[in-house]
Amino acid sequence: MQGFPFWPARAGGGYAMQWDALFIGLLIVAVLTVGLVLFLMILYAARYRHDSKADRSDRTKKSWRFELSWTAASLIVFVALGLWGAHLFVKLYQPPKDALQIFVVGKQWMWKAQHPGGQREIDELHVPAGRDVRLVMASQDVIHSFFIPALRVKHDVVPGRYETLWFRADKPGRYHLFCAEYCGTDHARMGGWIVVMAPRQYAEWLNNNGGQPTLAAQGAILFRRFGCSGCHGPGRAVRAPPLEGVYGGPVPLSDGSVVIADDRYIRDSILMPKAQVAAGYQPIMPSFAGQIGEDDLAKLVAYIQSLGPEKPRGQ
Amino acid sequence: MMHGSGTETYLNAGTSLRSWLLTTDHKRIALLYFASITFFFFVGGIAATMIRLELVTPAGDLVSADGYNRLFTMHGIIMVWFFLIPSIPATLGNFMVPMMIGARDLAFPRLNLLSWYLYIIGGLITLTALLLGGVDTGWTFYEPFSTAYSNGYVVLTILGIFISGFSSVLTGLNFIVTIHKLRAPGLTWYRLPVFIWSTYSTSLILVLATPVLAMTLLMLTAERVLHVGIFDPALGGDPLLFQHMFWFYSHPAVYIMILPSMGVVSEIVPCFARKSLFGYKFVVWCSIAIGAIGFLVWGHHMFVSGQSLYASIVFSFLTYAVAVPSAIKVFNWVATMHKGWIHFDAPMLYAFGFIGLFTMGGITGLFLAALAVDVHVTDTYFVVAHFHYIMVGGAVMGYFGGLHYWWPKITGRLYPEYWARFAAILTFFGFNLTFFPQYVLGVLGMPRRYQVYPPEFQIWHVLSSAGASILAVGYALPLFYFAWSILKGPRAPANQWNATGLEWLTRSPPPPHNFSTTPEVVRGPYCYDLDGNPQPQAAHV
Repeated sequence: MQGFPFWPARAGGGYAMQWDALFIGLLIVAVLTVGLVLFLMILYAARYRHDSKADRSDRTKKSWRFELSWTAASLIVFVALGLWGAHLFVKLYQPPKDALQIFVVGKQWMWKAQHPGGQREIDELHVPAGRDVRLVMASQDVIHSFFIPALRVKHDVVPGRYETLWFRADKPGRYHLFCAEYCGTDHARMGGWIVVMAPRQYAEWLNNNGGQPTLAAQGAILFRRFGCSGCHGPGRAVRAPPLEGVYGGPVPLSDGSVVIADDRYIRDSILMPKAQVAAGYQPIMPSFAGQIGEDDLAKLVAYIQSLGPEKPRGQ
Repeated sequence: MMHGSGTETYLNAGTSLRSWLLTTDHKRIALLYFASITFFFFVGGIAATMIRLELVTPAGDLVSADGYNRLFTMHGIIMVWFFLIPSIPATLGNFMVPMMIGARDLAFPRLNLLSWYLYIIGGLITLTALLLGGVDTGWTFYEPFSTAYSNGYVVLTILGIFISGFSSVLTGLNFIVTIHKLRAPGLTWYRLPVFIWSTYSTSLILVLATPVLAMTLLMLTAERVLHVGIFDPALGGDPLLFQHMFWFYSHPAVYIMILPSMGVVSEIVPCFARKSLFGYKFVVWCSIAIGAIGFLVWGHHMFVSGQSLYASIVFSFLTYAVAVPSAIKVFNWVATMHKGWIHFDAPMLYAFGFIGLFTMGGITGLFLAALAVDVHVTDTYFVVAHFHYIMVGGAVMGYFGGLHYWWPKITGRLYPEYWARFAAILTFFGFNLTFFPQYVLGVLGMPRRYQVYPPEFQIWHVLSSAGASILAVGYALPLFYFAWSILKGPRAPANQWNATGLEWLTRSPPPPHNFSTTPEVVRGPYCYDLDGNPQPQAAHV
C-alpha cells in the first residue's frame, strides 16, 4: 500500500487546474451545508432532549418565509457553481483549430492509437507537452470510455460514430489511461498510459517509431484498394463528387440542407452513403459498412482531410 | 405468535400454510413481502461481500474477471429490483397504508396477492438465471454489449425483471385507488400523514415509469433474439436511444426508492420530537414535486455519452431543480426538532442517520450535476459512493427505521431497545467507513466495475472493505433480535411511541379488519401540545 493519496495527479495547467478550483469550491460549500444541517441536528438533539428543561415557549411559527429563504440561499450558491461547471464543460466542445489530431480506436480490450505520421501504438498514447491534442475516437465493438484522470477528461466512445476529445498536457510524465465504461470480461485491464513528453523527446519518439508512410499516405493506398478512386479519383468513370478541398467546408445536400464535412460526416458517408447525399448527385454509392474496420476508416478520413483545404497539422 | 388473551388478531386468524399463501389480508401479504425481500437482501448482500473481499487487494485473486462482472451485475439487479424497489412500499406500505387511512384493506385485495406472486415468480426466474451462470451486463444492460457481446443469461434475467415490473405497476395502482377512495371520514388530503403522500407519489412513478422499462427490455430481447436493429449500430440502431429509454425509467426509480423512506422519516421525526412536523404542506408538495421533476432529469446520466451539449446543459439545470424539494424536506425535519421533546429510541437514531447520510448523498449529487465535474467523476467510485449514500444511507436507513418504528404494531412484540440502538449506531459508522473512502477513490480516478486496479488506490479499498464488515454486522443484528422479539419479546401496547396516527389506535397486533369501528378523523397528523402530549387523529376506536 502506498499511503493515503487524496488528490489525483495533474498533468495539465489550464483546464485541469480550473477543474480543481471548481471542485474545491464545491467542497467548501458542501462542507458548510452538511455542517450546518449536522450542527443544528446535534444542537437541537442535545438541547431539546426530552428530559431537558430548556425553554420551549415561543416556538417558531412555520412560515413560507423560512422555506423560501433557506431554499433560495442554497439554490443560488449551487446554481452559481453549476454555471461555472457548465462554462468549463462548454470548453470541452471547442477544440482549438490547430490541435494535433490523433485517431484512437477502442476495442475489447485495448486502445489503439494512430498518429498523423503513421506511428501506431497500443495501450499507450505519447503526446507532446504544451500542445493541444485532439483525439478522434471510434469503437470497433461496444461502448468504451476514454478517461485520463490526470487531465480531468473523459468521453464515451460509442460504436457507429466518431467522438472527439481534446486536452493539453503540460507536465511530462506517465499518467493513467482507463476505460471507464463497462465493456466486458477484461474491462478492468483495458487501459494503459498517457506519456507526456517534452517536445524534443516527443520528436525523437516519433522518429524512432516512424518508418511507415503517414496516415494519410496509408489512406491513399486504401483509397485505391477499396475502389474509391474509381469514382472519386481523377479521370473518374462515374459521376461522383470530387473530394479535393471538401474537408472542413460546407456541403449542400440533396434535401436542401447543408452539413459541415467533418470527420463524422466523412466516416458516415463511407458507411451510410445514402443517408446524406451531396446535392446534384445520384445516391448510387454502395455502403462499405462491415467491410472497412475502424483502423482503416481512420486512414481514409486522414487521407480525405489531407486533400484540403484545411490541413490538420502534424502531417 | 399466538396470543394467550384469546383476542383475534390478523396473525392468529388462521395458521395453516394455505391461510398465508392464499391470504388477501394486506397485513399478511406485507409479511410475505417482508420475508421475500429479506431473502433477496441477503442474496444481494452476499454478492456485495464477495465484491468487497476481492477488492481488498489490487490484483484479481478471489474470483475470475468474468466472475467479478457477474457478481456486481447480480448485486445490482437483486438489490435494485428485488429489494429496494419493493422494500418500503410493498412491506411497510402494504401494511400501513390501510391502517393509516382507517381502511379495512387495500382497494383490491386479490390484486395485491397477485402482485406478490408476480414478484416471487419474477424473482425466482432472475435468481435461476443468476444461479445457472449469471449475466455479465451490469444492472444497466448497456447496448450493444448486452445484445451482441454478452454471453450470459440476458433474456432469462430480463424476463424475471419484466414480470416483477407488473407487480410494481399493480401495487402502485392499488395504492392510488386506495388512497383516493378508502380514506376514513374526516381524513381530508391535508390531514393525511406524509408517509401516505410519499407512497402516493411513489405509486404514480411506479405506474408511469415501469411500463417504459418493460418496453425497453422487450426491445432489447427482440434485438438479442431476433436481431431486430433498434439499439445496435451494427444493425442500424442507436445505442444512445437505449440509454435514454433505460434512464427514463431508472432515474425515477431512484425516487421510487427514496420517497417512501422520506415518508417514514417524516413519521418518525415528529413522533420522537413530540412536536408537529414543521412545514407540513411544503413537505407534502415536495414529495409530489420530486416525483414530477424526477421524470425530467434522466439525461444527467449521459453527460459524457455523446448526447448534445445543449441537452446536457438543460438536464444539468433540471437536476438542480429536483434537488430543491429534497433540500426543503431536510430543513423541515431539522426545524421540527427545534424546541421539541426529543427521544432517542432506535427508530429516531435511524432517522438521524438517514438525514445525515441523505444530505451527504444529495450534496454530492450536486457535484455530479455540475457538468465539468461530472466529466471527471462519472463512471468512477464517486458515483458509486453517491448513489449508495442515497439508496443505502437513505433508502435502507429509512426502511430499517420504519421497521423498528412499526415493529411493535406489526408483531405485537417489543424488541430489545439497547441492541436496536447499538445496531443503528453500528450501521451508521459502518456505512460511512464503507462508502466515504469511495468518494476519495472516485476523485482519484478509480473507475467503477474494476476487478483489478493500480496499487495506489489500495488503502481506500481496504478501509471500504473493513467498513463493509462492520456494516454487515449492523444489518445482521436485527435478524437476531427481531427473531428473539417474535419468540420471547414483551407484549407491545397499542401505542408504543405516543404517536398520533390512526394505526396506533387499534390493538397491537391489529385485528384482521384493522379497526372495530371506522375511525372518525378530527385533525391532521402529528398534533402534540406544548408539553409533548399526543393528540390522536381520531377518538379511540
